[in-house]
Amino acid sequence: MEDQPKFPDLTDAERRALEELLPDEMSEIITSGIKRRHFLKLITYTGTGLLATHLLGIEQLMARSTAVAPLPPTVIENGVNVSFQVNGSAQQLLVDSRMTLLDALRERMDLTGSKKGCDHGQCGACTVIVDGRRVLSCLTLAATCEDKEVTTIEGLADGDKLHPMQAAFIKHDGFQCGYCTPGQICSAVALMSEAKNGEASYVTSNVREAGRPMELSEEEIRERMSGNICRCGAYPNIVDAIREVHGDKAVAQVWQFADGTI
Amino acid sequence: MRPFKYSNAADPAAAITAISVNADAKFLGGGTNLLDLMKEDVMHPSELVNITRLKYADIEKTSNGILIGGTATNAFTANHERVRKQYPLLTMAILAGASAQIRNMATNAGNLNQRTRCSYFYDVNMPCNKRTPGSGCGALKGLNRNHAIFGWSEKCVAVYPSDMAVALAALDAVVHVEAGNQEKRTIAFADFHRLPGSTPQIDNNLKHGELITSIELPENDFAAHSYYLKVRERSSYAFALVSVAAAMSLDGSRIRDIRIALGGVAHKPWRATAAEKLLVGKEATMANFKVAAAAELKNARPLEHNKYKVKMAGDAIVRALSNAMNGVGYGMNAGLEAGV
Ligand code: FES
Ligand code: FES
Repeated sequence: MEDQPKFPDLTDAERRALEELLPDEMSEIITSGIKRRHFLKLITYTGTGLLATHLLGIEQLMARSTAVAPLPPTVIENGVNVSFQVNGSAQQLLVDSRMTLLDALRERMDLTGSKKGCDHGQCGACTVIVDGRRVLSCLTLAATCEDKEVTTIEGLADGDKLHPMQAAFIKHDGFQCGYCTPGQICSAVALMSEAKNGEASYVTSNVREAGRPMELSEEEIRERMSGNICRCGAYPNIVDAIREVHGDKAVAQVWQFADGTI
Repeated sequence: MRPFKYSNAADPAAAITAISVNADAKFLGGGTNLLDLMKEDVMHPSELVNITRLKYADIEKTSNGILIGGTATNAFTANHERVRKQYPLLTMAILAGASAQIRNMATNAGNLNQRTRCSYFYDVNMPCNKRTPGSGCGALKGLNRNHAIFGWSEKCVAVYPSDMAVALAALDAVVHVEAGNQEKRTIAFADFHRLPGSTPQIDNNLKHGELITSIELPENDFAAHSYYLKVRERSSYAFALVSVAAAMSLDGSRIRDIRIALGGVAHKPWRATAAEKLLVGKEATMANFKVAAAAELKNARPLEHNKYKVKMAGDAIVRALSNAMNGVGYGMNAGLEAGV
């Protein structure tokens, strides 16, 4: 066993933060001693490590609500204070101007549902809904979100009750590995309101007929969902799930368990 | 990504001033291209000024057409009722581009300012005169199947990627810009983007600090006979190999007036003026469309790997014109229904 000095370099604030962050049995480890290096690694695992900890007060770093007063933006280079709503709760963050909304969600708010597939606007895994419209969070700067309302996959369900689109994805097996799924579902949810608003797509048969709610054919759904790539190729099932929610009537489930049950 | 200063512009004058005093500063619209280029270190502005909250997001009627706001999103523009009814060519072209998510973010002004997707431009380890003037053009003798067949120079063979801009070229749009001291000017769309010549690093004739406030579309009588055809390697969410914006007005079966512009073939949207000239006043027939397409493509200068684009562009012109003529509706189905 390595010699483990008791709380060698941990500041009080760091210790408090660690205790809050970790499950009870983990924080017990602290009492048996922990190295600072290890602590920083833990911080990284919990998804908050992308920031230079020495530049920020530790409470601010860990903050998940508005309770803390914003730090002056000068505390970090090119810092921007931004307040916005995420899944209905107010957020106030000091971010590096370079931070994308995706990184802010994942690394600062612990909302790791939104995925980073490509980070270049090519896959749709990071799709979230901002002010009612689906957008790519990997190409959205967090700084530009001031006063906006962001909905992520975590904000769709009503308590334990799944959003109809989530339920339909499960019923129709609209995923395999699931990596693209949060983006697919957010995209599909926003698509429902686009169709209701009568918005056209490139395959709409006559774009001059404006303003009526659209009934989406399978071809329409495929074109409108083309910004969400699925490496597992779950497309047919994704389309079925969307058809069911869009048509508001049951679409037959095409899969069954090996014993013949569904 | 390199560090940059960020600010929210309170009003147009403040935005223009902030950009004007810093040669490395850029306006930030939807950011869908700029942020990507910054992540790739192709572009590294020292300052971004967010202009998406400025009051240029509307679409207004004017005495002889419409004004489309520079900061209006592509999605809003494509679905605006007046645009759909009177300029369906623009709606189709916008909807042919990118994905729903990107169209929700991208602004009209930003669309005109997007950069080429040439892979040599994107790869900072490769030579590229557009990215690093004087380093050479990697594509000229390299992999150039996606590159230009018209208007290129030894310095640059890149193509302009926008679909929206191809429709704007066909519709004779006018770009309205504002500079410091509230100075305003307009740029005819044909003069907005440039051919590469010896300075391919300059994409268009906008000056540093000039802000695109709106894009004007003059009235026309093409609405019933418009079609945007995009040929690409997958059926959606891909850049054009070749695209054609076609619009005409008809007196019976005679062509009263006609507009044709091509995308994916040059450093700017390529107005097919030779084909247009041949078709005005003629019968709208497949035979005449073919003659016109051949006349336009006669001057094409393909590179080693993109000779296919010459035939593809010719066929695409004929198909887009026949779909526009038939007015069979819009969308990909139209061509199939018409059996062309
Ligand atoms: S992670 Fe945003 S599009 Fe791929
Ligand atoms: S389920 Fe695996 S990428 Fe879509």
